Amino acid sequence: MDLSTTYMGLTLRSPLVPSASPLSESVDTIRELEDAGAAAIVLHSLFEEQLRYEELELHHYMEYGSESFAEALSYFPEPGEYRKGPDEYLEHIRRTREAVGIPVIASLNASRPGSWMEFARRFEEAGAHAIELNIYFLPTDIDEPVREIEQTYVDVVREVAGSVGIPVAVKLHPFFTSVAHMAHDLERAGARGLALFNRFYQPDIDPENLEVFPNLKLSSPYESRLALRWIAILHGRISCDLAATGGVHHGRDAIKLLMAGARVTHLCSALLKYGVGHLRRVEEEIATWLEENEYGALADIVGVMSQKSCPDPRAFERANYIRMLQSYA
Amino acid sequence: MARRTITIDGNEAAARTAFRLNEVISIYPITPSSPMGELSDEWAAHGKRNIWGAVPTVVEMQSEGGAAGACHGALQKGALTTTFTASQGLLLMIPNMFKIAGELTPTVFHIAARTVATHALSIFGDHSDVMAARSTGWGMLFSGSVQEVHDLAAIATAASLESRIPFLHVFDGFRTSHEVNKIVMLEDDELRALVDEQAVRAHRERALDPDRPFIRGTAQNPDVFFQAREACNPFYAACPETVAKVMQRFENITGRAYRLFDYVGHPEAERVVVLMGSGAEAAHETVEYLAGRGEKVGVLKVRLFRPWSAEHFLAALPPTVRTLAVLDRTKEPGASGEPLYQDVAATVLEAVETGRLDAGVAPRVIGGRYGLSSKEFTPAMVKAVLDEAGREQPKRHFTVGIVDDVSGTSLEVDAAFRVPAEGVTQALFYGLGADGTVGANKNSIKIIGEETDNYAQGYFVYDSKKAGAMTVSHLRFGPRPIRSTYLLDQANFVACHQEVFLELYDMLEKAAPGGVFLLNSTKGPDEVWDSLPALHQQRILEKNLRLYVIDAYRVAREAGMGRRINTVMQTCFFAISGVLPRDEAIARIKQAIEKTYGRKGEAIVRQNFAAVDAALDNLHEVRVPGRPTSDRPLRPPVPADAPEFVQKVTAKIIAGRGDELPVSAMPPDGTFPSGTTRYEKRNIALEIPIWDPEVCIQCGKCALICPHAAIRQKVYEPAALDGAPEGFRSVEAKGKEFAGLRYTIQVAPEDCTGCGLCVHFCPAKNRREPRLKAINMEPQPQHREVERMNYDFFLALPEYDRTKLKVHTIKGSQFLEPLFEYSGACAGCGETPYVKLVSQLFGDRAVIANATGCSSIYGGNLPTTPWSVNREGRGPAWSNSLFEDNAEFGLGFRLTIDQLHDYAVELCRRLADRIGGELVEQLVQAPQETEEQIREQRARVEALRERLAAIDDPDAARLADIAHYLVRRSVWIVGGDGWAYDIGYGGLDHVLASGRDVNILVLDTEVYSNTGGQMSKASPMAAVSKFAAGGKPTEKKDLGMMAMAYPNVYVAQVAMGANDTQTVKAFVEAEAHRGPSLIIAYSHCIAHGIDMSRATDSHKLAVETGEWILYRWDPRRRELGKSPLQLDSREPSRPLKDYMERETRFRMLFKADPERARRLAELAQQAVREKWARYRHLAAMDVQ
Repeated sequence: MDLSTTYMGLTLRSPLVPSASPLSESVDTIRELEDAGAAAIVLHSLFEEQLRYEELELHHYMEYGSESFAEALSYFPEPGEYRKGPDEYLEHIRRTREAVGIPVIASLNASRPGSWMEFARRFEEAGAHAIELNIYFLPTDIDEPVREIEQTYVDVVREVAGSVGIPVAVKLHPFFTSVAHMAHDLERAGARGLALFNRFYQPDIDPENLEVFPNLKLSSPYESRLALRWIAILHGRISCDLAATGGVHHGRDAIKLLMAGARVTHLCSALLKYGVGHLRRVEEEIATWLEENEYGALADIVGVMSQKSCPDPRAFERANYIRMLQSYA
Repeated sequence: MARRTITIDGNEAAARTAFRLNEVISIYPITPSSPMGELSDEWAAHGKRNIWGAVPTVVEMQSEGGAAGACHGALQKGALTTTFTASQGLLLMIPNMFKIAGELTPTVFHIAARTVATHALSIFGDHSDVMAARSTGWGMLFSGSVQEVHDLAAIATAASLESRIPFLHVFDGFRTSHEVNKIVMLEDDELRALVDEQAVRAHRERALDPDRPFIRGTAQNPDVFFQAREACNPFYAACPETVAKVMQRFENITGRAYRLFDYVGHPEAERVVVLMGSGAEAAHETVEYLAGRGEKVGVLKVRLFRPWSAEHFLAALPPTVRTLAVLDRTKEPGASGEPLYQDVAATVLEAVETGRLDAGVAPRVIGGRYGLSSKEFTPAMVKAVLDEAGREQPKRHFTVGIVDDVSGTSLEVDAAFRVPAEGVTQALFYGLGADGTVGANKNSIKIIGEETDNYAQGYFVYDSKKAGAMTVSHLRFGPRPIRSTYLLDQANFVACHQEVFLELYDMLEKAAPGGVFLLNSTKGPDEVWDSLPALHQQRILEKNLRLYVIDAYRVAREAGMGRRINTVMQTCFFAISGVLPRDEAIARIKQAIEKTYGRKGEAIVRQNFAAVDAALDNLHEVRVPGRPTSDRPLRPPVPADAPEFVQKVTAKIIAGRGDELPVSAMPPDGTFPSGTTRYEKRNIALEIPIWDPEVCIQCGKCALICPHAAIRQKVYEPAALDGAPEGFRSVEAKGKEFAGLRYTIQVAPEDCTGCGLCVHFCPAKNRREPRLKAINMEPQPQHREVERMNYDFFLALPEYDRTKLKVHTIKGSQFLEPLFEYSGACAGCGETPYVKLVSQLFGDRAVIANATGCSSIYGGNLPTTPWSVNREGRGPAWSNSLFEDNAEFGLGFRLTIDQLHDYAVELCRRLADRIGGELVEQLVQAPQETEEQIREQRARVEALRERLAAIDDPDAARLADIAHYLVRRSVWIVGGDGWAYDIGYGGLDHVLASGRDVNILVLDTEVYSNTGGQMSKASPMAAVSKFAAGGKPTEKKDLGMMAMAYPNVYVAQVAMGANDTQTVKAFVEAEAHRGPSLIIAYSHCIAHGIDMSRATDSHKLAVETGEWILYRWDPRRRELGKSPLQLDSREPSRPLKDYMERETRFRMLFKADPERARRLAELAQQAVREKWARYRHLAAMDVQ
């Protein structure tokens, strides 16, 4: 069965692309993923803010207590070299490129004006085939206007896309007043791919111990519905290639998203849950399904159930919910 | 070709030469020599090579004895070998040094000479250590300046290789080892030209080698030993000339001339001072000045002290000299004079007797001591010595620099005399350790020294406390080399980086007229004047000082630098001082920032750049009004009700005027009163914990974890509240046993360091506002007065009867009065909570042997000490012997206690019919297991004394003298992991094997903390430390498991922050065990690179990941048919990386070498699994 697809000009042997996760932190695991059939790999994100924080924190604690007491003017040896800033990440890109034959998509979350472009260029130099911009701003300032926030997204994409020769995708979150308009703006800014949607870790509360704590939950197949709707709506309306992310656990989950219009389906939670070898099973499930349903190639199903092509386009719109309530009543 | 200059300190100057001239470097850290070894290790780790193209091997040993042994071995195999040490460290090397010299083996040991501990330990400099090594047969070359250190390190090495005499290359600890100065660098080619390759080859050819075997190190007998010992004489006879030749060669190569004895002064000098080391530089400066004014004075700098060359000495003297004033920086009690004096006196005497000198013109010789323990040695003192030398009847043996009102040895010094510092900018900076002042000043010196034609010198005075430590930086810049080896006595620029110092110190006393005073203050340019105490206003007006102010904390905070005001204040210094044009200075500062921090990350550079720019915008010159507006005095150093000794002696030391104390003020045998920290109110906390009684669950955890005993709890009768200050907090005590009583938690506002550990450890949250707890940090200034009154009242409340407390519980133990309080330990210290717990549980009958290290410093460093006494006058009796011998020292306590106890029992029995048989039996048989039983025994002893008073028998008098030994004593042997795992392990092992009733508390910080973070055998795998820059490749030594090999040893491993209940239980059980007990206590440390306010999280993670297993091994459990081992922590539930990610000591390796970090982390995880399996197996062991 021909499972090949294309994504932002990259030809992929299948739509199954592990998304940014701790799995891609090790070159050995990436090699295992390739062996299990990964068509490309999105590396874990480089978080600039975290890097900066780590740099400052390390510096703070290495200097803390120094030059205070005559017997102990310092507490740590001075390392010969530091892997500062993105050095280690760039090295990871290089080593991954050397280790595997599949396309390598580097993922970036920068935080300062100018640094998105600077890092993206260095990713390109290090050999990344494409860049996924993991952009999210969590605007907590009640005085910050929406338009300015949205413009920031667009500016980042324009800045990066205009400065590198490799394709740029955006991993988008769903919390926009108009996802469709935002997607369109990003397309115009130069994005060649959109990955829908970014999942945020939402904090939880421990009511007995009176604590707020980060709650890391793996996705469930149900969560793909949100992406499914918007992929179906956007397919054919914008020129960006669409990737589905979140909730792809089995072949059937992938098939639905591909039918909605995705060219690529990212996997993360399923691989963390079932292991790297699970990728092979999902691929087999897709191939079997295509055969059983008499499709000649994977490309044949992409977008067949998008809003433009499906039998009931209004099913993807808001009225859907209202009608459901009415019918229930 | 212009010679390259560099601005470095003496230690680095020595190490830069030694590293390049050696192949094997075997060391052990000891202040002030540690940086030489650390730098060598760093360079080796970075792949730096010696002049022959090899990277030297640097190895850290378990003691200086070990380092010397390894040196001896390396030398015998033909390597060019060196080490660096000082003080007791050198003393531990002496046995090997006799061997090395006896075998005519070339090597140089570089010594940052330091005081040997006598009546007290001192980390500072004098020659008592090297003088103790005089008889080893080593050559001794003395350097007096940083340049000389750099040069003579090379000369010593070349001379040693050629003469085959090993050399000590000596320079003054701190004064030279830590002085930063601009020097000309020795290039590799120059070193190659200096060192004779033939001599190196000859050294290799003498090495042990199975291809051409021989035996060296025989045992000899009376028939030949003596002759064999004399056989080396020709080598010693030839050595001075060899050194002279090497010095000449050095001069030919570098242009810098040295002689065995260098004379400076008037060509017809009549009075010549003779000395060696850094003091010679001050003398040089003084003599040049005086000779320039026509005085016939000179100084003879002794460079080659051993082998002593009388001929060279005499030849170096001007023939006109009438009096030689010989100065020794050491004391040899009972000798006819100190070593240099004796040599000079003998030389002159022999010269007269042999006719080399005419008796009529031979100079008289007088001798004096100066500069012990880095005591200042100034031009005024040099002049005083020269003046004395000119008297008709001078003191033949004198001291200079102190007031000796006991033996009358001291010379009068004209304090007003100074050598003018023409063209020299002198700047004095008062900073806090934590604010980065010293680092900034070192940076400024480098900028001026390396980027301008100026010479620069910096010397830094540190505090004796670790928390809230004050630093004073003394900087000089000028167009000529700076020889002033003494502190500034006048400054054109004075900077106060901490507002709080204003109320404590007369910091403008040394300000020069017309100078500048820069103040970091939260007060703006319009308010700052009125905020100054009267004395400072007066000095500013009298001296016509220009006053500048900046709110550096705000600037630093806004730049994201927290409380590091270093860059801000450095910028202000350059902007005001005019040492460089302002724009150029700013550019240089930024270059220095880029150079220093660039490789660490752009964020750090950006942050510092922002601070530089903002500093200039926020610096204001203050318009000084023409009159004083303040009548506020400085705060007295101690309260008015302090005891007489504290008022007369301690207060002066606190105020920084200890130099003024005469000999009579000092105890002659090092004995000081206990519990003096309570009189030193330091007020260093910015925030202190304030108690919320409504939320409090009265668990006592805050008091338990407090490192400084600055938060305490009490229960008391309601009536005791009579007269309580308004606002004194008190609630009904919880718990049946305290029914009807009141309860208070009280902070000591002026003693708290503001570390925040108590708040983090407090388990009680305010359920209405969960961000708050039962104690909450609030600004100290606004609570200081009220809480001070509250605390005074609290202290006066009666102590709860300790016999009624459940002392094995957290809550119960924390009602016991701490007898270890307000120490100088770091804020948030991880050791002191354990030490304090010992003082609470057993302090009123404890004798403590304390190994040298952090705990001996915060436990025994003047001016004030924390070991305290209770209302009955009882408290821990504490002493520090050495680093290496502490277990044996403590065993000695036990031996005496047992001996005198047994003798007391014997005397009781002997006098039983007169004392009363029943009382004697009770005294002898008393179980003394509980607080109540101890109290009863004390009462019996009192009764015994009363009866003995009526018995007229010498035995009764003897028994009365020792009757207190019938009350059970608790012997505690306390120290860190450097002592227990490394240098003292042999002794510790022996004491464990002795079966005697001692309690050994190992405060395991897993690194040498006191000397600045060197690896110990307790360091965990993958942790970065000095001497393990690439992460420690081996596992932590399992000291507990090794101790369990002895059948009668109680062993516990505890971590207070993870399981405080187990900790308290372990301490109680260990003490109750009538054999040796060992407690290994997880002690977080500043050297781990963690947030100290949340350090208890590290305890928890260490336990949850299995890095630190909690257990108690109690041999008594065998009697119950159980395995002695109880595991008190669960199977590791989290990966080790969760723990490692928290701590800089692990994290920095991931930045420096991520591959290696990952590999070591995996190995460490595997080691944790195996260790757990071992312990689990042992706990399940069937002993039936």
